[in-house]
Amino acid sequence: MNLSLVSEYAGYILQGAGLTIVMAVGSIILGCILGTLLGLMRVSASKPLSFISGAYLQVFRGTPMLLQIMFIFFAIPQIYNMATGNFFNWRPEIAGVIALGMNSGAYIAEIIRSGIQGVDIGQTEAARALGLTHHKTMQLVILPQALRRVIPPLCNEFIVLLKDTSLVSGIGAKELMYRSRSMGVTTYDFVSFLVGAAIVYFCLTFILTQASAWIERRLAVSD
Amino acid sequence: MIKVTNLHKYFGNHHVLKGIDLEVEKGTVVCIIGPSGSGKSTLLRCINLLETPTEGHVLIDGVDITDPKQDINELRTEVGMVFQRFNLFPHMTVLDNITLAPIQVRGMAVKDAQELAHTLLKRVGLSDKANAYPKQLSGGQQQRVAIARALAMRPKLFLFDEPTSALDPELVGEVLDVMKSMAQEGTTMVVVTHEMGFAREVADRVVFMDDGAILEDKPPEILFTKPENSRTKSFLDRVL
Repeated sequence: MNLSLVSEYAGYILQGAGLTIVMAVGSIILGCILGTLLGLMRVSASKPLSFISGAYLQVFRGTPMLLQIMFIFFAIPQIYNMATGNFFNWRPEIAGVIALGMNSGAYIAEIIRSGIQGVDIGQTEAARALGLTHHKTMQLVILPQALRRVIPPLCNEFIVLLKDTSLVSGIGAKELMYRSRSMGVTTYDFVSFLVGAAIVYFCLTFILTQASAWIERRLAVSD
Repeated sequence: MIKVTNLHKYFGNHHVLKGIDLEVEKGTVVCIIGPSGSGKSTLLRCINLLETPTEGHVLIDGVDITDPKQDINELRTEVGMVFQRFNLFPHMTVLDNITLAPIQVRGMAVKDAQELAHTLLKRVGLSDKANAYPKQLSGGQQQRVAIARALAMRPKLFLFDEPTSALDPELVGEVLDVMKSMAQEGTTMVVVTHEMGFAREVADRVVFMDDGAILEDKPPEILFTKPENSRTKSFLDRVL
């Protein structure tokens, strides 16, 4: 193990870490938007909406993440070609973010659903009895309370997502994992570069954990 | 004010209300008593459509609220409800709990709503708690805030669903006092309660329900002293 070798290539590796962070942030944003939408669909009174959301969940939870990444990267351009006769290719980073976002959307939807359903039914009844519409009840009474409950599981999901960006190396995105492995291959010193990558991943998730704990404390004050 | 005719409610196969007829005049207090599971709360919840009646009609000021075309939210602004478990919004201060509906539903200016809230808090004896959060209050205080919250909408009538059943015995009085003062001001109230003392003292009529039906509907001095139905008798023997 030779950490001076790692420091020599630190710039190269940290660039990869930068891409890892960008992909994680992108897929978290996409996942949150999709997840909130799907979660609200899941608890809505509309049967078709609830069904669509449920089916989405089953598909994305029931197949491997790596398969989903590869499907979006390799298969979607093929399907597009079959349907239109034209060609297009994703950059692996883009395909990766879409796949990760769509996948975590399924998990975040479940987090949102349980957050909403965890709020006492009496809250809805009190708000509706005062004449608030369904929409305003959700917006002003239920969601603010659900938010407090979903922070810990949501943070957990973000940590999983951050680490799962490493799977996108499988389709050639030059992020942290990809670069560490390729440096390992080049220098025959896997130990140094994998330990280096592990340290970076650990630091990133550690920051996320601390941020989550801080938000939880902040919200607890007014609870 | 309220006219309930032939009201039926099923939960699945369970027949909870079996043809209820009830009238409540403006400015009167009607207490509904009876064993648990008799359908008292369900009847009350049908009056503001927290439960949808399976059959029958509920008229409020001549408007049939069971008519699907009737705007439910509009109706509910006219019917205040106080719950057994208070159901205050835990993420809001007392003041925000009270001003929420006047601002959001009535479109009242924030300043006016807050002024109103302070007046109502004074009335329920909690002037100093405007900025407290519900969990910082005792059960009795929370229920008084819940009453102030309902009062803030200035509804035509009030429904109380066992408002003191979740309270420690020493806190029951403060809530009943607020309700008594409301009754004295001529507020129309329907109260599901186990507080027989309150029913006897404040109610204009007491309704005894058992097994989804109204068995007796009389002024308290008659119902409590000369109950006709044997089930009313045995119920009163147990609780008095």
